Amino acid sequence: MHGRPRKAPTQEEQEASSLKAVKLRELQSQLLNFHRNKIYTKEAVDISTKLLESNPEYYTGWNYRKLSVQNLLESALDSDSVQSILDEELRLVENALKQNFKSYGAWHHRKWILSKGHSSTDKELRLLGKFQKLDARNFHAWNYRRFITALKEIPDEKELQYTTDMIYDNFSNYSAWHNRSVLLSHLMEAREGGHSGKENVLGEEFEFVRSALFTDPDDQSGWFYHLWLLYQTLKREPLLITSWPSTGSNIQLSVNGYLDGQSLLPVLHFQSKARKYPIILCFNEAVEGVSSSTVTVECEYHAGDDLIWIPLSANKLDFAQAWLTYLNFPDEVNSLKPYSVKITVAHVPGITSLSGAPCSTTHTSFTVCVPLNDLKHAEVQTMERISWKEENFRARATQPQDANLLHSLGYLKITMENKPSASDWSMETIFTEIAHCRELLSATNCKIGKLTLARLLMAHNTLISYSRPNDGAEIHYDEILALYRDLMKMDPKHLCYYEDEYSLALLKQLTSNTESLLKYSYEYQESTSPSMKSSLCLRLNGLSLSRLGSMECLLWVQMLDLSHNKLRSVEGLEALQLLSYLNLSNNKICSFTALEPIRMLKALQVLDVSYNEIGAHSVDSSRYLCSSPMNHAVGNDWNFEEFANGGIKLNDHWDAFLVFKDLNLIQLEIMGNPVVNDQLKAFLFKIMPALKWLDGEKCN
Amino acid sequence: MDETASYPPIEPSNFDLIVIGTGLPESILASAASATGKTVLHLDPNPFYGTLYSSLPLNELTSFLRSQSQPLTPENDESTQLLTLPLYSSIEINSLSSEPIENSRKFNLDLSGPRVLLCSDSMIDLILKTGINQYMEFKSVDASFVGDAEGNLGSVPDSRSAIFKDRSLSLTEKNQLMKLFKLVQGHIGKESGEDDLISEEDLESPFVEFLNKFGLSQKLKSIILYAIVLADHDQDNLENCKDVINTKSGIDHLALYHSSIGRFPNANGPMIYPIYGQGELPQAFCRRAAVKGCIYVLRMPVAALLMDKDGLTYKGVKLVSGQELFSNQLILAPCFMIPSRLTPAAQVANSYDVGRRDAKEKVARGICIAKSSVEPEAANCLVFFPPKSLYPEQKTTVRVLQLSGNVAAGPSGMFVTYLSAMCDNAVEGKKLLDAAISALFSLPICGNSENNGIEKLSENTDSKPILLWSALYIQELTMFQDSFNSISFTPLPDEHLHYNNLLDATEKLYQKIYPNEEFLTQTNLPEEPVDDDSSELD
Repeated sequence: MHGRPRKAPTQEEQEASSLKAVKLRELQSQLLNFHRNKIYTKEAVDISTKLLESNPEYYTGWNYRKLSVQNLLESALDSDSVQSILDEELRLVENALKQNFKSYGAWHHRKWILSKGHSSTDKELRLLGKFQKLDARNFHAWNYRRFITALKEIPDEKELQYTTDMIYDNFSNYSAWHNRSVLLSHLMEAREGGHSGKENVLGEEFEFVRSALFTDPDDQSGWFYHLWLLYQTLKREPLLITSWPSTGSNIQLSVNGYLDGQSLLPVLHFQSKARKYPIILCFNEAVEGVSSSTVTVECEYHAGDDLIWIPLSANKLDFAQAWLTYLNFPDEVNSLKPYSVKITVAHVPGITSLSGAPCSTTHTSFTVCVPLNDLKHAEVQTMERISWKEENFRARATQPQDANLLHSLGYLKITMENKPSASDWSMETIFTEIAHCRELLSATNCKIGKLTLARLLMAHNTLISYSRPNDGAEIHYDEILALYRDLMKMDPKHLCYYEDEYSLALLKQLTSNTESLLKYSYEYQESTSPSMKSSLCLRLNGLSLSRLGSMECLLWVQMLDLSHNKLRSVEGLEALQLLSYLNLSNNKICSFTALEPIRMLKALQVLDVSYNEIGAHSVDSSRYLCSSPMNHAVGNDWNFEEFANGGIKLNDHWDAFLVFKDLNLIQLEIMGNPVVNDQLKAFLFKIMPALKWLDGEKCN
Repeated sequence: MDETASYPPIEPSNFDLIVIGTGLPESILASAASATGKTVLHLDPNPFYGTLYSSLPLNELTSFLRSQSQPLTPENDESTQLLTLPLYSSIEINSLSSEPIENSRKFNLDLSGPRVLLCSDSMIDLILKTGINQYMEFKSVDASFVGDAEGNLGSVPDSRSAIFKDRSLSLTEKNQLMKLFKLVQGHIGKESGEDDLISEEDLESPFVEFLNKFGLSQKLKSIILYAIVLADHDQDNLENCKDVINTKSGIDHLALYHSSIGRFPNANGPMIYPIYGQGELPQAFCRRAAVKGCIYVLRMPVAALLMDKDGLTYKGVKLVSGQELFSNQLILAPCFMIPSRLTPAAQVANSYDVGRRDAKEKVARGICIAKSSVEPEAANCLVFFPPKSLYPEQKTTVRVLQLSGNVAAGPSGMFVTYLSAMCDNAVEGKKLLDAAISALFSLPICGNSENNGIEKLSENTDSKPILLWSALYIQELTMFQDSFNSISFTPLPDEHLHYNNLLDATEKLYQKIYPNEEFLTQTNLPEEPVDDDSSELD
């Protein structure tokens, strides 16, 4: 059934099929005629039978059939005639399925008939038996089986045994493994409070699938199921993992955003008048429902208005890992006294993950000093250009007093104190699976085994980070990175995926503890302008990163150097709300739409995207979910005529418009991208009036 | 010769070929010759088909065994009388039950068991090609096991799903075994021109060394060598092994075994067995021969050969009815013997295939009847006792095939078990079979039971089936007569579990007799019920 090459049709077969096509066309035009004129006579219905039996893929035929059945049922006098009408339909579907047992239309029609009642479900099970004998993996049959077993109220335990038998017969059966996961999900849910029940079930399942993995490690179906089990093992309620400002930190604000003497002051100038202060909450997975009713913010001088929480997510869903709100300090607040802020994420129905699990209760609290309300000072803006020169960076690690400073302020504090610990059971399970995976790999060099080991080690690290903060022991990042490097060589077809996973692991390693993060922390001072200074600078350049992750640990970053990587996307950056200076030069970004997450960085002033591949590919095939006026995701409110003068057309640069229109950039580097021309530059000046520097040229 | 009158004369009296004996090779040859238009007369002195390959009721089996164990002494020196070769010796029939076996006529006991068909072997191909499957039905052998002296049966993980299911294998063993299977499949399935997955040097080396290189455990090696590749002799003892299996034939057999799994959708395992016994097989070939014009006469002993005036050239045969029939060629089942006076001197000492086999070697066969299965989970199953598994000096594999009423081996509720083992003499042969029998069955306690079995018995008595009846006999494997001028002998039933070697020998014989004729060509019969395309919905 699977993996058989298709034979080229012979001359006779071709002739036969063209003859058949002529007949089918004739029948089709007849049927369409009946359909249009709502003719449901016996003769008309017989035509549709003939047509569907030889071509079950003709969906209009099935629709006509449904209308005719409804029509017949209305005039049916007794239950016997109802029965015979429905039986006729079942017979038709069976014949149609003999023609093509993967016909969606036919299976759907059968469901429709069955859902009317009156039909024997036993007969359906027998029929399914035949179909599954023909092709044990046929997912249509499995799907229909779930429908019938639900109708017949067959207990899940019995169905589970059925999947066991099917898997024993041939374990290379994705559909059977999948059905198993569906049934077990139901069973685990149904066992009220049976947490140990879940553990037993998963333990047995790991053992069951292990036999398949060892028997034939190259068969992927078992590995898929293993991945599902792994997910079930790690599955937990969503929880708050980091926040900005971080727990226990003591922040002094200034309006100009620069170091003011010895105190460290994040930038806020763009909203200085309102004196808004950003608060970011980061969860371990994407959640929805963060609002003033699910998150309480207690603050002495809080203005009292309901806070609005904004999901920081590049896509348009209501789910996001990071959420943003602004704390308003009213003008009366005018002392240098620290305010304490306490944020509580309540365990009320509200904040839920994609799988529907509710968030557990967590707290975070910090103190903030608000500066004097000095509007004049606030309007001072730098006119100097950021050069990103190497000599302007000063390593943090060499300055112990700076490190201490960062520590004390909690900027690098990347773990929450109230993290719930991982259960011993999941820890043990992961340990066991790692050991088995290593055993298998010692005998067989298999790609998916290596990938699974890398995933297991990653899961192990995550669990460790829950239980023992920054212990450092038994952390396997180097091994994970080596595994992905191996995989890139072994399986170049999936290079991009491995590069992405490698990047995530590397970032996780770099951010796993303060010491390693310090190595990448710098202070930046522009040599030509001593006042242009940033102490919250992170350099992750030249690390072969293709994707970003672990952003929840970098919420404090104000200046970020990501140059000379392999970034294809910057998803994740949207969480870094303090980011003012960003260097993305010499990466592999190939369209403006790939920069979409940057739209949300309201503090961003300086952006370097020079020497990327923007415009090098006519179609950005790497990203198919980007916003575009073509799919009406954006652009409804854009005035396409507005820019018509001066020969600039919004149509040509809608993607640049999408990214830059809401940014307040002062400096932009864009050279070295095929898309750059004078027209684009003029367009950029037009949409960003605040822009002072473009590709090193000062504008007037 | 009192019954002379009751034999009607055979018409005509001249044939291209006369065949005496209706064993499998004789039947195939008769079928092949008549398919090419030869006139063939097929005779058998017995009232049943099959000769050495027949399946018989209990009493007929015993009397046939006895009749084939004593040579008929020629009446006089000048005689051209056809003699009986004593093929069987040391026949030992034990009725262990106090009551006689019920329905003893309902048994179909194979004379040369245990024997099964592998779904992809050449015999099945021939059956399908000639269309004789329309005369037969088959059932699959449910399972294979490897046994030990205590009678513990371990399953034989012979396929991917069996490896997956097997609870006795470690994860590493599962991995290694499947890797080997895949390598073999890859090697067999590779396109010409592709690199060999197994080197030429490896292919020539002993299979056991190849398995060692693969790092397989002793248990897995034993399963592969004796339960899948069906080795007879101890392959671990290469110096004294009479038949070392090289890697090439090892993997060829593994590949044959694997291609046999799933060839027919309703056969679960790789092996099938004909309902009503293996005697059905020669009978089916005879029916096909009859369709093509071959004349059949059973219960017709041949009194003597008719020789030319020179006394050395074959002319025809004289039946006990007194009728004389003539043919160009004569084929004899190996249970007949020609007076040595008639055979050319140089041929007398030649064995059928001296050089390949130790002339001393014989096969010990056994048949057991019990009322329950040796393995509760399987009605029809194979059990292998590899060398050294029953006792340290065990040199050859004991093969066991248990069949139930559902293949009509006996009345329903009865289980018939066939055993065989290669041996050099009757003492060794009996020892092998006795050890296997005491491992599988519990013997009703009686005075003459041999000592060492008793202790072991007491432990497992309740779970093992009670042996009701058994027959043990030693069968010769070497024939000291070869075909000469127009007289040919068909091969003896061999020691193998399958028919492949027999079929090869039969085809070679046919080509020797009729070098220019084709050996059983395709018939255009309607599609067979066992064919793999029976995947219709209804």
